[in-house]
Amino acid sequence: MPLSTQSQAGDEQYVLVASLDNVRNLSNILKAITFREHAIFNATKNGLKVTVEDSKCLQANAFIQADIFQEFTIKEDSVGFQVNLTVLLDCLTIFGGSTVPGVSTALKMCYNGYGYPLTLFLEEGGVVTVCKINTQEPEEPLDFDFCSTNVTNKVILQSDSLKEAFSELDMTSEILQITMSPSQPYFRLSTFGNSGNAHYDYPKDSDMMELFQCTKTQTNRYKMSLLKPSTKALALSCKVSVRTDSRGFLSLQYLVRNDEGQICFVEYYCCPDEEVEEE
Amino acid sequence: MKFRAKMIDVGCLNHFTRVVNTIAKLTKSCVLRLTADNLYFVLSGKVASGGVSMWCELLQVNFFDEYQLEGVSAEANEICLEVSPENLSRALKTAQNAKSVKVKLTKKHCPCLTLAAELPSLSSISRAVTHDIPVDVIPRRLWHDFKEPSMPDFDVSIYLPPLKTIKNVVDRMKNLSHYLVMEANLNGEMNLKIETDLVSVTTHFKDLGNPPWGDDASQSRDPEEMAYARVDIRKLQQFLIGQQVNPSKAMCNIVHKKILHLILLHEDVSLQYFIPAVA
Repeated sequence: MPLSTQSQAGDEQYVLVASLDNVRNLSNILKAITFREHAIFNATKNGLKVTVEDSKCLQANAFIQADIFQEFTIKEDSVGFQVNLTVLLDCLTIFGGSTVPGVSTALKMCYNGYGYPLTLFLEEGGVVTVCKINTQEPEEPLDFDFCSTNVTNKVILQSDSLKEAFSELDMTSEILQITMSPSQPYFRLSTFGNSGNAHYDYPKDSDMMELFQCTKTQTNRYKMSLLKPSTKALALSCKVSVRTDSRGFLSLQYLVRNDEGQICFVEYYCCPDEEVEEE
Repeated sequence: MKFRAKMIDVGCLNHFTRVVNTIAKLTKSCVLRLTADNLYFVLSGKVASGGVSMWCELLQVNFFDEYQLEGVSAEANEICLEVSPENLSRALKTAQNAKSVKVKLTKKHCPCLTLAAELPSLSSISRAVTHDIPVDVIPRRLWHDFKEPSMPDFDVSIYLPPLKTIKNVVDRMKNLSHYLVMEANLNGEMNLKIETDLVSVTTHFKDLGNPPWGDDASQSRDPEEMAYARVDIRKLQQFLIGQQVNPSKAMCNIVHKKILHLILLHEDVSLQYFIPAVA
Protein backbone atom coordinates (compact mmCIF):
# COMPACT_ATOMS: atom_id res chain seq x y z
CA MET A 1 0.00 0.00 0.00
CA PRO A 2 1.52 3.30 -1.07
CA LEU A 3 0.43 5.17 2.02
CA SER A 4 2.48 3.05 4.39
CA THR A 5 5.63 4.24 2.69
CA GLN A 6 4.63 7.84 3.18
CA SER A 7 5.13 8.29 6.89
CA GLN A 8 8.60 9.68 7.27
CA ALA A 9 9.70 8.94 10.78
CA GLY A 10 7.61 5.83 11.32
CA ASP A 11 4.44 5.67 13.31
CA GLU A 12 5.99 5.41 16.79
CA GLN A 13 5.73 9.14 17.42
CA TYR A 14 1.97 9.24 16.95
CA VAL A 15 -0.51 8.78 19.78
CA LEU A 16 -3.24 8.06 17.27
CA VAL A 17 -3.06 6.42 13.84
CA ALA A 18 -6.18 5.54 11.89
CA SER A 19 -6.28 4.27 8.31
CA LEU A 20 -9.14 3.80 5.91
CA ASP A 21 -9.10 2.29 2.41
CA ASN A 22 -12.08 4.43 1.50
CA VAL A 23 -12.16 7.91 2.97
CA ARG A 24 -15.88 8.23 2.20
CA ASN A 25 -16.58 6.00 5.19
CA LEU A 26 -15.40 8.88 7.34
CA SER A 27 -16.25 11.95 5.25
CA ASN A 28 -19.86 10.93 4.65
CA ILE A 29 -20.63 10.50 8.31
CA LEU A 30 -18.90 13.77 9.20
CA LYS A 31 -21.06 15.57 6.65
CA ALA A 32 -24.06 14.39 8.63
CA ILE A 33 -22.98 16.52 11.60
CA THR A 34 -21.54 19.55 9.80
CA PHE A 35 -23.60 22.50 10.95
CA ARG A 36 -20.97 24.34 12.96
CA GLU A 37 -17.30 24.78 12.22
CA HIS A 38 -15.85 23.37 15.40
CA ALA A 39 -15.81 19.68 16.07
CA ILE A 40 -14.51 17.96 19.16
CA PHE A 41 -12.74 14.69 18.45
CA ASN A 42 -12.41 12.07 21.09
CA ALA A 43 -10.67 8.78 20.35
CA THR A 44 -10.61 5.75 22.58
CA LYS A 45 -9.74 2.16 21.79
CA ASN A 46 -13.39 1.66 20.78
CA GLY A 47 -13.15 4.18 18.01
CA LEU A 48 -13.72 7.80 17.20
CA LYS A 49 -16.44 10.09 18.51
CA VAL A 50 -16.92 13.46 16.86
CA THR A 51 -19.12 16.07 18.54
CA VAL A 52 -20.59 19.28 17.16
CA GLU A 53 -22.75 21.64 19.22
CA ASP A 54 -24.96 24.63 18.65
CA SER A 55 -26.29 27.24 21.08
CA LYS A 56 -26.00 24.89 24.06
CA CYS A 57 -29.28 23.40 22.83
CA LEU A 58 -28.20 20.95 20.19
CA GLN A 59 -25.51 18.34 20.12
CA ALA A 60 -24.60 15.93 17.36
CA ASN A 61 -22.30 12.97 17.81
CA ALA A 62 -20.91 10.70 15.14
CA PHE A 63 -19.44 7.39 16.20
CA ILE A 64 -17.01 5.57 13.96
CA GLN A 65 -16.06 2.30 15.60
CA ALA A 66 -12.44 1.17 15.55
CA ASP A 67 -13.22 -1.84 13.35
CA ILE A 68 -14.46 0.40 10.54
CA PHE A 69 -10.82 1.48 10.15
CA GLN A 70 -8.27 -0.84 8.54
CA GLU A 71 -5.84 0.30 11.20
CA PHE A 72 -6.68 1.98 14.48
CA THR A 73 -3.84 2.39 16.94
CA ILE A 74 -4.14 4.50 20.03
CA LYS A 75 -1.39 4.87 22.63
CA GLU A 76 -3.40 6.55 25.38
CA ASP A 77 -6.74 5.75 27.00
CA SER A 78 -8.31 8.78 25.45
CA VAL A 79 -7.08 11.29 22.89
CA GLY A 80 -8.98 14.53 22.43
CA PHE A 81 -8.63 17.58 20.20
CA GLN A 82 -10.73 20.13 18.39
CA VAL A 83 -10.49 21.00 14.69
CA ASN A 84 -12.34 23.04 12.12
CA LEU A 85 -14.75 20.55 10.57
CA THR A 86 -15.29 22.35 7.24
CA VAL A 87 -11.53 22.49 6.73
CA LEU A 88 -11.26 18.81 7.61
CA LEU A 89 -14.00 17.91 5.13
CA ASP A 90 -12.37 19.92 2.35
CA CYS A 91 -9.16 18.02 3.05
CA LEU A 92 -10.86 14.62 3.13
CA THR A 93 -12.54 15.29 -0.21
CA ILE A 94 -9.47 16.87 -1.81
CA PHE A 95 -9.65 14.46 -4.75
CA GLY A 96 -13.29 15.31 -5.34
CA GLY A 97 -14.84 12.52 -3.25
CA SER A 98 -15.50 10.40 -6.32
CA THR A 99 -18.39 7.95 -6.14
CA VAL A 100 -17.18 6.03 -9.17
CA PRO A 101 -16.89 2.38 -8.17
CA GLY A 102 -13.31 1.18 -8.07
CA VAL A 103 -11.97 4.67 -7.46
CA SER A 104 -11.46 5.48 -3.83
CA THR A 105 -9.23 7.68 -1.77
CA ALA A 106 -7.18 5.99 0.94
CA LEU A 107 -6.61 7.85 4.18
CA LYS A 108 -4.12 7.68 6.98
CA MET A 109 -4.85 10.04 9.85
CA CYS A 110 -2.20 10.69 12.48
CA TYR A 111 -2.12 12.79 15.61
CA ASN A 112 1.00 13.48 17.56
CA GLY A 113 -0.56 14.71 20.78
CA TYR A 114 -1.37 18.01 22.43
CA GLY A 115 -0.24 21.04 20.43
CA TYR A 116 0.44 19.12 17.24
CA PRO A 117 -1.58 19.34 14.04
CA LEU A 118 -3.81 16.57 12.81
CA THR A 119 -1.95 15.08 9.85
CA LEU A 120 -3.78 13.44 6.98
CA PHE A 121 -2.18 11.42 4.20
CA LEU A 122 -4.56 10.90 1.32
CA GLU A 123 -3.85 8.88 -1.78
CA GLU A 124 -5.78 8.34 -4.98
CA GLY A 125 -4.38 6.96 -8.22
CA GLY A 126 -0.77 7.40 -7.07
CA VAL A 127 -1.23 11.07 -6.18
CA VAL A 128 -0.57 11.85 -2.52
CA THR A 129 -1.88 14.80 -0.54
CA VAL A 130 -0.56 15.68 2.89
CA CYS A 131 -2.70 17.95 5.09
CA LYS A 132 -1.75 19.41 8.42
CA ILE A 133 -4.75 20.83 10.22
CA ASN A 134 -4.11 22.89 13.31
CA THR A 135 -5.80 21.59 16.42
CA GLN A 136 -7.16 23.38 19.44
CA GLU A 137 -7.67 22.31 22.99
CA PRO A 138 -10.96 20.39 23.10
CA GLU A 139 -13.85 22.05 24.87
CA GLU A 140 -15.81 19.91 27.25
CA PRO A 141 -18.90 18.71 25.35
CA LEU A 142 -22.25 19.40 26.98
CA ASP A 143 -23.66 16.59 29.02
CA PHE A 144 -27.31 16.26 28.10
CA ASP A 145 -27.65 13.65 30.82
CA PHE A 146 -29.94 11.65 28.59
CA CYS A 147 -30.04 8.18 30.05
CA SER A 148 -32.10 5.28 28.86
CA THR A 149 -33.70 4.75 32.27
CA ASN A 150 -35.44 8.13 32.02
CA VAL A 151 -36.78 7.50 28.54
CA THR A 152 -40.56 7.75 28.52
CA ASN A 153 -41.26 7.18 24.86
CA LYS A 154 -39.36 5.51 22.09
CA VAL A 155 -40.09 4.59 18.49
CA ILE A 156 -37.83 3.12 15.82
CA LEU A 157 -38.73 3.97 12.25
CA GLN A 158 -37.46 3.14 8.79
CA SER A 159 -35.72 6.36 7.75
CA ASP A 160 -37.56 6.49 4.43
CA SER A 161 -40.83 7.23 6.17
CA LEU A 162 -39.34 10.08 8.16
CA LYS A 163 -37.46 11.46 5.15
CA GLU A 164 -40.77 11.83 3.38
CA ALA A 165 -42.30 13.68 6.30
CA PHE A 166 -39.26 15.92 6.78
CA SER A 167 -39.08 16.83 3.11
CA GLU A 168 -42.67 18.00 3.28
CA LEU A 169 -42.44 19.82 6.60
CA ASP A 170 -43.67 23.38 6.55
CA MET A 171 -40.44 25.28 7.10
CA THR A 172 -42.31 28.51 7.81
CA SER A 173 -43.17 26.96 11.16
CA GLU A 174 -40.69 27.99 13.82
CA ILE A 175 -41.17 24.83 15.75
CA LEU A 176 -41.73 21.15 15.22
CA GLN A 177 -44.08 19.59 17.74
CA ILE A 178 -43.66 15.92 18.46
CA THR A 179 -46.44 13.99 20.19
CA MET A 180 -45.82 10.47 21.37
CA SER A 181 -48.53 8.54 23.09
CA PRO A 182 -49.58 4.99 23.95
CA SER A 183 -53.02 5.84 22.50
CA GLN A 184 -54.15 7.91 19.49
CA PRO A 185 -52.39 9.63 17.71
CA TYR A 186 -49.39 7.45 18.75
CA PHE A 187 -46.68 9.35 16.90
CA ARG A 188 -47.46 12.77 15.47
CA LEU A 189 -45.33 15.53 13.93
CA SER A 190 -47.01 18.94 13.84
CA THR A 191 -46.10 22.27 12.31
CA PHE A 192 -47.74 25.66 12.76
CA GLY A 193 -46.80 27.77 9.76
CA ASN A 194 -48.03 30.72 7.74
CA SER A 195 -50.35 28.63 5.65
CA GLY A 196 -51.88 26.71 8.51
CA ASN A 197 -51.23 23.79 10.78
CA ALA A 198 -50.16 20.37 9.61
CA HIS A 199 -50.05 17.03 11.37
CA TYR A 200 -48.26 13.90 10.23
CA ASP A 201 -49.48 10.80 12.03
CA TYR A 202 -47.79 7.42 12.08
CA PRO A 203 -49.97 4.49 13.11
CA LYS A 204 -48.15 2.27 15.56
CA ASP A 205 -48.69 -0.88 13.52
CA SER A 206 -47.29 0.62 10.33
CA ASP A 207 -44.68 -1.39 8.40
CA MET A 208 -42.39 1.56 8.79
CA MET A 209 -42.61 1.38 12.59
CA GLU A 210 -40.09 -1.16 13.80
CA LEU A 211 -40.60 -0.57 17.47
CA PHE A 212 -43.21 1.31 19.44
CA GLN A 213 -42.65 1.76 23.16
CA CYS A 214 -44.64 4.67 24.51
CA THR A 215 -45.59 4.73 28.15
CA LYS A 216 -47.02 8.19 28.59
CA THR A 217 -48.55 10.89 26.39
CA GLN A 218 -45.96 13.56 25.81
CA THR A 219 -46.04 16.65 23.61
CA ASN A 220 -42.88 18.69 23.13
CA ARG A 221 -41.83 21.51 20.87
CA TYR A 222 -38.41 21.83 19.27
CA LYS A 223 -36.96 24.70 17.30
CA MET A 224 -37.11 23.88 13.58
CA SER A 225 -33.79 25.67 13.04
CA LEU A 226 -32.15 23.30 15.50
CA LEU A 227 -33.64 20.17 13.97
CA LYS A 228 -32.87 21.20 10.41
CA PRO A 229 -29.22 20.01 10.47
CA SER A 230 -30.32 16.53 11.52
CA THR A 231 -31.91 15.99 8.10
CA LYS A 232 -28.37 15.50 6.74
CA ALA A 233 -28.01 12.49 9.00
CA LEU A 234 -31.51 11.33 8.16
CA ALA A 235 -30.70 11.35 4.45
CA LEU A 236 -27.77 8.97 5.00
CA SER A 237 -29.44 6.66 7.46
CA CYS A 238 -31.56 3.56 7.07
CA LYS A 239 -33.18 3.52 10.51
CA VAL A 240 -33.87 6.13 13.10
CA SER A 241 -34.73 5.87 16.77
CA VAL A 242 -36.72 8.75 18.25
CA ARG A 243 -36.71 8.99 22.03
CA THR A 244 -37.85 11.53 24.58
CA ASP A 245 -37.10 11.52 28.27
CA SER A 246 -39.10 12.73 31.24
CA ARG A 247 -37.74 16.29 30.78
CA GLY A 248 -38.83 16.40 27.14
CA PHE A 249 -35.30 16.18 25.76
CA LEU A 250 -35.19 14.64 22.31
CA SER A 251 -32.71 12.04 21.16
CA LEU A 252 -32.48 11.05 17.51
CA GLN A 253 -30.26 8.11 16.74
CA TYR A 254 -29.48 7.35 13.12
CA LEU A 255 -28.15 4.05 11.91
CA VAL A 256 -25.94 4.69 8.90
CA ARG A 257 -24.67 1.96 6.60
CA ASN A 258 -21.44 2.84 4.75
CA ASP A 259 -20.19 1.76 1.29
CA GLU A 260 -18.92 -1.50 2.76
CA GLY A 261 -22.20 -2.26 4.50
CA GLN A 262 -20.77 -1.58 7.97
CA ILE A 263 -22.85 0.26 10.50
CA CYS A 264 -22.11 3.60 12.18
CA PHE A 265 -24.22 5.78 14.39
CA VAL A 266 -25.04 9.46 14.38
CA GLU A 267 -26.92 10.89 17.31
CA TYR A 268 -28.59 14.24 17.85
CA TYR A 269 -29.72 15.63 21.20
CA CYS A 270 -32.05 18.59 21.28
CA CYS A 271 -33.56 20.63 24.13
CA PRO A 272 -37.32 21.25 24.10
CA ASP A 273 -38.35 24.76 23.16
CA GLU A 274 -40.86 25.32 25.94
CA GLU A 275 -43.07 23.49 28.35
CA VAL A 276 -46.42 22.50 26.95
CA GLU A 277 -49.40 21.96 29.22
CA GLU A 278 -50.26 18.31 29.15
CA GLU A 279 -53.85 17.23 28.98
CA MET B 1 -11.85 45.86 -44.49
CA LYS B 2 -13.83 42.77 -45.22
CA PHE B 3 -14.36 39.45 -43.51
CA ARG B 4 -16.69 36.61 -44.32
CA ALA B 5 -16.43 32.92 -43.56
CA LYS B 6 -18.66 29.88 -43.76
CA MET B 7 -18.77 26.67 -41.81
CA ILE B 8 -20.73 23.65 -43.11
CA ASP B 9 -19.33 20.63 -41.32
CA VAL B 10 -21.13 19.94 -38.05
CA GLY B 11 -17.97 18.50 -36.49
CA CYS B 12 -16.12 21.73 -37.18
CA LEU B 13 -19.01 23.71 -35.82
CA ASN B 14 -19.04 21.72 -32.58
CA HIS B 15 -15.31 22.00 -32.25
CA PHE B 16 -15.39 25.74 -32.82
CA THR B 17 -18.22 26.07 -30.30
CA ARG B 18 -16.18 24.22 -27.69
CA VAL B 19 -13.20 26.49 -28.24
CA VAL B 20 -15.36 29.60 -27.94
CA ASN B 21 -17.04 28.23 -24.79
CA THR B 22 -13.63 27.64 -23.26
CA ILE B 23 -12.58 31.20 -24.05
CA ALA B 24 -15.88 32.52 -22.68
CA LYS B 25 -15.16 30.83 -19.34
CA LEU B 26 -11.72 32.44 -19.21
CA THR B 27 -12.55 36.03 -19.95
CA LYS B 28 -15.42 38.47 -20.37
CA SER B 29 -13.77 40.29 -23.20
CA CYS B 30 -10.88 39.54 -25.51
CA VAL B 31 -9.44 40.39 -28.88
CA LEU B 32 -10.25 38.32 -31.93
CA ARG B 33 -7.42 38.69 -34.37
CA LEU B 34 -8.10 37.51 -37.90
CA THR B 35 -5.33 36.84 -40.39
CA ALA B 36 -5.31 35.07 -43.73
CA ASP B 37 -4.42 31.73 -42.12
CA ASN B 38 -5.36 31.95 -38.50
CA LEU B 39 -7.85 33.10 -35.93
CA TYR B 40 -6.53 34.16 -32.56
CA PHE B 41 -8.26 34.88 -29.29
CA VAL B 42 -5.98 37.14 -27.33
CA LEU B 43 -6.00 38.59 -23.87
CA SER B 44 -3.03 40.78 -23.06
CA GLY B 45 -1.95 41.04 -19.45
CA LYS B 46 -3.63 44.29 -18.50
CA VAL B 47 -4.04 45.26 -14.89
CA ALA B 48 -7.82 45.17 -15.39
CA SER B 49 -7.69 41.46 -16.14
CA GLY B 50 -5.46 40.82 -13.13
CA GLY B 51 -2.36 40.51 -15.26
CA VAL B 52 -3.54 37.26 -16.80
CA SER B 53 -2.85 36.85 -20.48
CA MET B 54 -4.08 34.33 -22.97
CA TRP B 55 -3.21 33.28 -26.49
CA CYS B 56 -5.40 30.87 -28.39
CA GLU B 57 -4.52 29.97 -31.95
CA LEU B 58 -6.76 28.27 -34.53
CA LEU B 59 -5.96 27.37 -38.13
CA GLN B 60 -8.83 28.72 -40.20
CA VAL B 61 -8.70 25.91 -42.80
CA ASN B 62 -9.52 23.38 -40.08
CA PHE B 63 -12.82 25.08 -39.32
CA PHE B 64 -14.06 27.04 -42.31
CA ASP B 65 -15.07 25.93 -45.77
CA GLU B 66 -15.01 29.45 -47.10
CA TYR B 67 -12.81 32.17 -45.68
CA GLN B 68 -12.30 35.62 -47.20
CA LEU B 69 -10.31 38.31 -45.53
CA GLU B 70 -9.30 41.76 -46.63
CA GLY B 71 -7.34 43.43 -43.89
CA VAL B 72 -6.96 47.13 -43.20
CA SER B 73 -4.32 47.38 -45.93
CA ALA B 74 -2.33 45.17 -48.27
CA GLU B 75 0.78 45.13 -46.06
CA ALA B 76 -1.22 44.69 -42.85
CA ASN B 77 -3.64 42.09 -44.05
CA GLU B 78 -5.44 41.45 -40.80
CA ILE B 79 -8.29 42.62 -38.59
CA CYS B 80 -8.40 43.01 -34.82
CA LEU B 81 -11.74 43.07 -33.04
CA GLU B 82 -12.62 43.43 -29.40
CA VAL B 83 -15.40 40.95 -28.72
CA SER B 84 -17.24 39.38 -25.83
CA PRO B 85 -16.67 35.62 -26.23
CA GLU B 86 -19.78 35.01 -24.16
CA ASN B 87 -21.94 36.67 -26.84
CA LEU B 88 -20.26 34.56 -29.47
CA SER B 89 -20.82 31.45 -27.40
CA ARG B 90 -24.50 32.28 -26.95
CA ALA B 91 -24.94 32.85 -30.66
CA LEU B 92 -23.29 29.53 -31.45
CA LYS B 93 -25.61 27.76 -29.02
CA THR B 94 -28.61 28.42 -31.25
CA ALA B 95 -26.59 27.24 -34.22
CA GLN B 96 -25.91 23.80 -32.77
CA ASN B 97 -27.59 21.76 -35.51
CA ALA B 98 -27.24 24.31 -38.26
CA LYS B 99 -26.71 23.21 -41.84
CA SER B 100 -24.33 26.09 -42.25
CA VAL B 101 -23.08 29.07 -40.28
CA LYS B 102 -21.87 32.24 -41.92
CA VAL B 103 -19.75 34.75 -40.01
CA LYS B 104 -19.47 38.22 -41.45
CA LEU B 105 -18.09 41.57 -40.37
CA THR B 106 -20.91 44.04 -40.89
CA LYS B 107 -21.66 47.67 -40.28
CA LYS B 108 -25.04 48.05 -38.61
CA HIS B 109 -25.64 50.74 -36.00
CA CYS B 110 -22.15 49.79 -34.88
CA PRO B 111 -19.57 47.33 -36.21
CA CYS B 112 -20.88 43.80 -35.73
CA LEU B 113 -19.88 40.25 -36.25
CA THR B 114 -22.99 38.86 -37.87
CA LEU B 115 -23.53 35.18 -37.38
CA ALA B 116 -26.16 33.71 -39.67
CA ALA B 117 -27.19 30.12 -39.07
CA GLU B 118 -29.29 28.15 -41.48
CA LEU B 119 -31.21 25.65 -39.45
CA PRO B 120 -32.62 22.35 -40.71
CA SER B 121 -36.29 22.55 -41.55
CA LEU B 122 -38.90 19.93 -42.45
CA SER B 123 -40.65 22.10 -44.98
CA SER B 124 -39.15 23.72 -48.04
CA ILE B 125 -39.00 27.09 -46.29
CA SER B 126 -35.64 27.53 -44.69
CA ARG B 127 -35.20 28.69 -41.13
CA ALA B 128 -32.48 31.14 -40.41
CA VAL B 129 -31.22 32.71 -37.19
CA THR B 130 -29.08 35.80 -37.33
CA HIS B 131 -27.10 37.23 -34.45
CA ASP B 132 -25.44 40.62 -34.56
CA ILE B 133 -22.64 40.69 -32.05
CA PRO B 134 -21.31 44.19 -31.46
CA VAL B 135 -17.53 44.47 -31.72
CA ASP B 136 -14.95 47.21 -31.48
CA VAL B 137 -12.54 47.47 -34.34
CA ILE B 138 -9.09 48.00 -32.91
CA PRO B 139 -7.01 50.61 -34.72
CA ARG B 140 -3.69 49.54 -36.12
CA ARG B 141 -1.63 51.66 -33.74
CA LEU B 142 -2.78 49.43 -30.84
CA TRP B 143 -2.01 46.11 -32.53
CA HIS B 144 1.39 45.74 -30.92
CA ASP B 145 -0.40 44.60 -27.74
CA PHE B 146 -1.74 41.55 -29.49
CA LYS B 147 1.35 39.85 -30.85
CA GLU B 148 2.16 36.30 -29.92
CA PRO B 149 3.79 36.28 -26.50
CA SER B 150 7.34 35.08 -26.57
CA MET B 151 8.10 31.89 -24.71
CA PRO B 152 9.25 32.99 -21.28
CA ASP B 153 12.70 31.96 -20.16
CA PHE B 154 11.34 29.33 -17.82
CA ASP B 155 13.19 27.48 -15.10
CA VAL B 156 11.16 24.29 -15.23
CA SER B 157 8.80 22.84 -17.81
CA ILE B 158 6.61 19.90 -16.88
CA TYR B 159 3.70 17.87 -18.30
CA LEU B 160 0.52 18.33 -16.31
CA PRO B 161 -1.41 15.46 -14.73
CA PRO B 162 -5.05 14.96 -15.87
CA LEU B 163 -6.72 18.37 -15.65
CA LYS B 164 -9.74 16.83 -13.89
CA THR B 165 -7.52 15.74 -11.00
CA ILE B 166 -5.91 19.18 -10.72
CA LYS B 167 -9.32 20.79 -10.89
CA ASN B 168 -10.68 18.70 -8.00
CA VAL B 169 -7.68 19.54 -5.85
CA VAL B 170 -7.69 23.23 -6.75
CA ASP B 171 -11.45 23.49 -6.11
CA ARG B 172 -10.96 22.26 -2.53
CA MET B 173 -7.87 24.34 -1.97
CA LYS B 174 -9.77 27.40 -3.08
CA ASN B 175 -12.20 26.85 -0.19
CA LEU B 176 -9.24 26.99 2.17
CA SER B 177 -6.97 29.68 0.76
CA HIS B 178 -6.74 32.59 -1.68
CA TYR B 179 -3.28 31.75 -2.93
CA LEU B 180 -1.67 28.60 -4.16
CA VAL B 181 1.94 27.67 -4.78
CA MET B 182 2.65 25.54 -7.81
CA GLU B 183 6.13 24.07 -7.84
CA ALA B 184 7.87 21.61 -10.09
CA ASN B 185 11.31 20.23 -10.87
CA LEU B 186 13.07 18.52 -13.76
CA ASN B 187 12.52 15.14 -12.13
CA GLY B 188 8.87 15.03 -13.22
CA GLU B 189 7.55 16.10 -9.83
CA MET B 190 4.96 18.77 -9.23
CA ASN B 191 3.37 19.99 -6.00
CA LEU B 192 0.33 22.12 -5.32
CA LYS B 193 0.51 23.81 -1.92
CA ILE B 194 -1.56 26.07 0.24
CA GLU B 195 -0.88 27.31 3.71
CA THR B 196 -3.11 29.27 6.06
CA ASP B 197 -3.43 29.80 9.80
CA LEU B 198 -5.70 26.78 10.00
CA VAL B 199 -4.23 24.27 7.65
CA SER B 200 -1.44 23.43 5.25
CA VAL B 201 -2.13 21.13 2.31
CA THR B 202 0.32 19.75 -0.25
CA THR B 203 -0.62 17.53 -3.16
CA HIS B 204 2.30 15.65 -4.69
CA PHE B 205 2.33 14.49 -8.30
CA LYS B 206 5.21 12.45 -9.62
CA ASP B 207 6.41 10.74 -12.82
CA LEU B 208 4.88 13.49 -14.93
CA GLY B 209 7.80 13.90 -17.29
CA ASN B 210 9.45 17.05 -18.56
CA PRO B 211 8.94 18.18 -22.16
CA PRO B 212 12.16 18.19 -24.22
CA TRP B 213 12.72 21.78 -25.29
CA GLY B 214 16.30 21.16 -26.36
CA ASP B 215 17.39 23.73 -23.86
CA ASP B 216 20.94 23.70 -22.47
CA ALA B 217 20.18 25.87 -19.49
CA SER B 218 17.78 23.33 -18.05
CA GLN B 219 20.34 20.55 -18.38
CA SER B 220 22.66 22.22 -15.93
CA ARG B 221 19.87 22.54 -13.39
CA ASP B 222 19.68 20.21 -10.40
CA PRO B 223 16.77 17.87 -11.28
CA GLU B 224 15.52 17.94 -7.70
CA GLU B 225 15.46 21.71 -7.38
CA MET B 226 11.98 23.14 -7.36
CA ALA B 227 10.91 26.27 -9.22
CA TYR B 228 7.73 27.79 -7.90
CA ALA B 229 5.15 30.48 -8.48
CA ARG B 230 2.57 31.68 -5.98
CA VAL B 231 -0.62 32.63 -7.81
CA ASP B 232 -4.16 33.79 -7.19
CA ILE B 233 -6.02 30.52 -6.87
CA ARG B 234 -9.15 31.89 -8.62
CA LYS B 235 -7.17 32.53 -11.79
CA LEU B 236 -5.91 28.98 -11.90
CA GLN B 237 -9.39 27.69 -11.14
CA GLN B 238 -10.87 29.78 -13.94
CA PHE B 239 -8.41 28.25 -16.35
CA LEU B 240 -9.33 24.74 -15.21
CA ILE B 241 -13.10 25.32 -15.30
CA GLY B 242 -12.90 26.30 -18.95
CA GLN B 243 -11.35 23.03 -20.08
CA GLN B 244 -14.10 20.96 -21.61
CA VAL B 245 -11.96 18.48 -23.50
CA ASN B 246 -8.84 16.76 -22.33
CA PRO B 247 -6.08 18.16 -24.51
CA SER B 248 -3.64 15.87 -26.28
CA LYS B 249 -0.85 17.64 -24.42
CA ALA B 250 -0.96 19.85 -21.35
CA MET B 251 2.12 21.39 -19.88
CA CYS B 252 3.25 24.08 -17.55
CA ASN B 253 6.30 26.29 -17.61
CA ILE B 254 7.36 27.96 -14.41
CA VAL B 255 9.50 31.06 -14.27
CA HIS B 256 10.64 31.00 -10.67
CA LYS B 257 8.63 33.48 -8.58
CA LYS B 258 7.46 35.27 -11.74
CA ILE B 259 5.00 33.49 -13.94
CA LEU B 260 2.99 30.35 -14.53
CA HIS B 261 2.70 29.59 -18.24
CA LEU B 262 0.14 26.92 -19.07
CA ILE B 263 -0.01 25.41 -22.53
CA LEU B 264 -2.72 23.13 -23.88
CA LEU B 265 -2.39 21.52 -27.27
CA HIS B 266 -5.30 19.96 -29.09
CA GLU B 267 -4.80 18.68 -32.62
CA ASP B 268 -5.47 21.98 -34.30
CA VAL B 269 -5.92 24.42 -31.44
CA SER B 270 -3.37 25.67 -29.00
CA LEU B 271 -4.12 27.62 -25.86
CA GLN B 272 -1.58 29.44 -23.78
CA TYR B 273 -2.42 31.03 -20.48
CA PHE B 274 -0.14 33.18 -18.36
CA ILE B 275 -0.75 33.76 -14.66
CA PRO B 276 1.56 36.25 -12.96
CA ALA B 277 3.04 35.26 -9.61
CA VAL B 278 2.27 37.27 -6.51
CA ALA B 279 4.68 37.85 -3.68
